[in-house]
Amino acid sequence: MIPLKHHGHGSCEDSCCLKITDLCVSFGTEEVLKDINLHMHCGQIVALIGPNGAGKSTLIRSILGQQEYTGSITFSTGGHSQKLRIGYVPQSPTFDRGDPVSVLDLFCCCNASRPAFLPVPKKFRRRVLECLQAVHGEALIDKRVGNLSGGELQRVLLALALDPMPNILILDEPLSGVDVEGMELLMDMLDEIRQKFDLSILMTTHDFSMLDRYVDKVVLLNSRVLCSGSPREVLCSEAFAQAFHMGGGAGQ
Amino acid sequence: MKLWYALCDWLPFAFLHFDFMKNALLVVLILGPLFGILSTMIVTGKMSFFSDALGHSAFTGIAIGVLCGFAAPTWCAVVLSVFFALLFTFVRSRSNLSGDTVIGVFSSTAVALGIFIATLQGGSFTSFNTYLIGDILSVQPGEILLLAIVLALVLVLWCFISSKLVLTAIHPQLASSRGVPVRLHESIFTVAIAVVVTLAISRVGLMVINSLLVLPAAGARNVSKNLRQYTLLSVLAALVCGIAGLVTSYYLSCSAGATICLYLAVFFALTFGLRKRTA
Repeated sequence: MIPLKHHGHGSCEDSCCLKITDLCVSFGTEEVLKDINLHMHCGQIVALIGPNGAGKSTLIRSILGQQEYTGSITFSTGGHSQKLRIGYVPQSPTFDRGDPVSVLDLFCCCNASRPAFLPVPKKFRRRVLECLQAVHGEALIDKRVGNLSGGELQRVLLALALDPMPNILILDEPLSGVDVEGMELLMDMLDEIRQKFDLSILMTTHDFSMLDRYVDKVVLLNSRVLCSGSPREVLCSEAFAQAFHMGGGAGQ
Repeated sequence: MKLWYALCDWLPFAFLHFDFMKNALLVVLILGPLFGILSTMIVTGKMSFFSDALGHSAFTGIAIGVLCGFAAPTWCAVVLSVFFALLFTFVRSRSNLSGDTVIGVFSSTAVALGIFIATLQGGSFTSFNTYLIGDILSVQPGEILLLAIVLALVLVLWCFISSKLVLTAIHPQLASSRGVPVRLHESIFTVAIAVVVTLAISRVGLMVINSLLVLPAAGARNVSKNLRQYTLLSVLAALVCGIAGLVTSYYLSCSAGATICLYLAVFFALTFGLRKRTA
């Protein structure tokens, strides 16, 4: 397994590991995000929901530091002095089918110090296998990334985001293009990882069916935070019904 | 060079009898790996037409150099295409036009400017024909040395940035989330292509240089499962087709650049046929 100290779930429950205050983002004259305030505690799974164009991806880009914004985003590592790491799992279907890049190559490009076009040392291959084991994907190591199914790719990207182990894991639409079975597998895995390594997970999703089962906190976003709280609170809220133009409580 | 000549004399090939063929062979042996390596990233990064546009800008640079009466218009071309490459990267990152549109804008502008300058005040275009078709046989030892240095530099550069370039090409967002300075890498890569294209253009020819930058990797991509196979195949294809093309052009008295390109096209066709079996 990936060598990391086991802190146990909830050891820093009270510490805020991601704190967003008065965040605004605008593209030209259009305000995409407005006065976003969001707190995320260590070990939590937080789901970001909202209609298309609500600014979910923009918010994630801001957290990743790829988007200019006003306001503040602060991280804390809960007393640990190590540098904060963000693991990012991008939205999946963006790889070209024909690219001759194997899963091993992808790890090589990200983490190896030697260039990826040279033969891979056995030691590095073993390390990649260990990472893939954590997501039940050892068999994928020599496959081309373009040939992976949505679920497989999602798992590979997850393994990649977990090496080196981050403090916060951010997933952009991890459930789109994944079937129900794959969805449960992925969520179970996230839950397992969260407990084992005590990291916080922020994900965007359009799938509300699993929120209640897996997620600690839901944030409903549409340019501003419309509603946030436990899954049940948000899904039953007036704001949720309005945002998705449907009767309250749908999608459960 | 003497060592190389002695080696060529020792080899039992009739076509190596002449010094210009010995020089040309050496150039092919240098340009093969150079194009093979750059080609892998051009294809992965979907920049096939970018290198084409660079060729055009190199041509413009040469035209300006000739107009200003420089002794070595090539250097003028190098400066201009590096500038052009950086400008291109800048415009692409700042505008919301797609890459191919930006390339189209730059390519036509460059070639229009080149022709405008070349034909200014009734100038004759024929003197520029060398740059269109390319002439590998007239290469001088000094230029070979220059190309060898460029190859060495590109190899060193490649050891440092190729992994990050691949990551940038296949998923820019993932790359930048892992701390890769995306724009810097793109700029370094485009400058590398710009220099290589410009220096090679008078040998290979504007019309076919882009095929040499695209075909090796395009063929290799058909049958490769990972980056190692991909790079190896691309370099090998560029080398083998380069040598075969040069020899054929010697016996048939045709343009070497074009012949090499045709061999590479055959390579692509073969790998295309094999593609299903390896997928």
